[in-house]
Amino acid sequence: MSTETPLIGDFRAAPAANPLGGARIGVVTFPGTLDDRDAARAVRLGGGTAVPLWHADESLQNVDAIVLPGGFSYGDYLRAGAIARFAPMMNKIIDAATASSGTRLPVLGICNGFQMLTESHLLPGSMVKNDHLKFLCRDQVLRVENTSTAWTSQFTADELIAVPLKNQDGQYLADPATLEALEAEGRVVFRYVGENPNGSRNGIAGVTNETGNVVGLMPHPEHAVEAGYGPDDATGMRSGTDGLTIFTSVIASLAGGAQ
Amino acid sequence: MPRIIVEVMPKPEILDPQGKAIASALPHLGFTDFSAVRQGKRFELTVEGEVTEQVLASARTAAAEMLSNPVIEDVISVRVDDEGAA
Repeated sequence: MSTETPLIGDFRAAPAANPLGGARIGVVTFPGTLDDRDAARAVRLGGGTAVPLWHADESLQNVDAIVLPGGFSYGDYLRAGAIARFAPMMNKIIDAATASSGTRLPVLGICNGFQMLTESHLLPGSMVKNDHLKFLCRDQVLRVENTSTAWTSQFTADELIAVPLKNQDGQYLADPATLEALEAEGRVVFRYVGENPNGSRNGIAGVTNETGNVVGLMPHPEHAVEAGYGPDDATGMRSGTDGLTIFTSVIASLAGGAQ
Repeated sequence: MPRIIVEVMPKPEILDPQGKAIASALPHLGFTDFSAVRQGKRFELTVEGEVTEQVLASARTAAAEMLSNPVIEDVISVRVDDEGAA
């Protein structure tokens, strides 16, 4: 964590000597997506170039990574993320994320994006309504338990981060065998710290696939990237920028892969 | 026009939060005979023309791959709606 408090609107937070400053990260917008602008801003603050992608298009526009942002795609009709899963853009993303040859596309799903990833079977398990049945919005502490994924490489092991959590269908479920495999293989990336906010099995907030390029989480790192607009932290009100490391991590991973 | 009815329920081992909320609200309205509620979904698929075995098979595939999520739900039935046929 940075010891200096960045000023509001201080864009110097982006690493100046980034070898892949032009890393192109696609942010997909579906009907009902809410957080695409915030995700694009997080990409830019992390030092990358945000490329807006439209759900009905079929071109990934040669992006280096993909963010599926939060919201209520298709009004959560059928099941959260279920209709979005069948969008033309999703088929391209699924192919690129599971490619058998070459580099597998890094994909991050946040909240509704995580739900799309489970509906697409890119990630195991599923989300159902919070066990207390209420929409919950609060700052949430998470423990980063896997720092080898494309999206978490710049965190330290078991680092605690604070990012906003806001959802109604946030209870992560999987069958016991799947949970056991996730735990044994270290594929739980983020775990809730403190009281379980929604009844998620094993306090799971985010998971990754077997190859570590696809990560999904329910809380919102893209809302904790700029001092003045993030969660409260030790340096002051709204000063938390812990989420930014997710976006700098993927850019660093892309730079590493290009060597 | 003939219809195919697809019924989907949350898996028995998964707590159904919506059903639980309904169950706890029933007594407030004087309905005290029911100890538990589970809430599922019913889909009505309208078919142009005859419901052939092929159409029914297509409905079963849609039920398994889209109308339900096998991680959290079971397809309870896929059947032709007889009531509307007359």
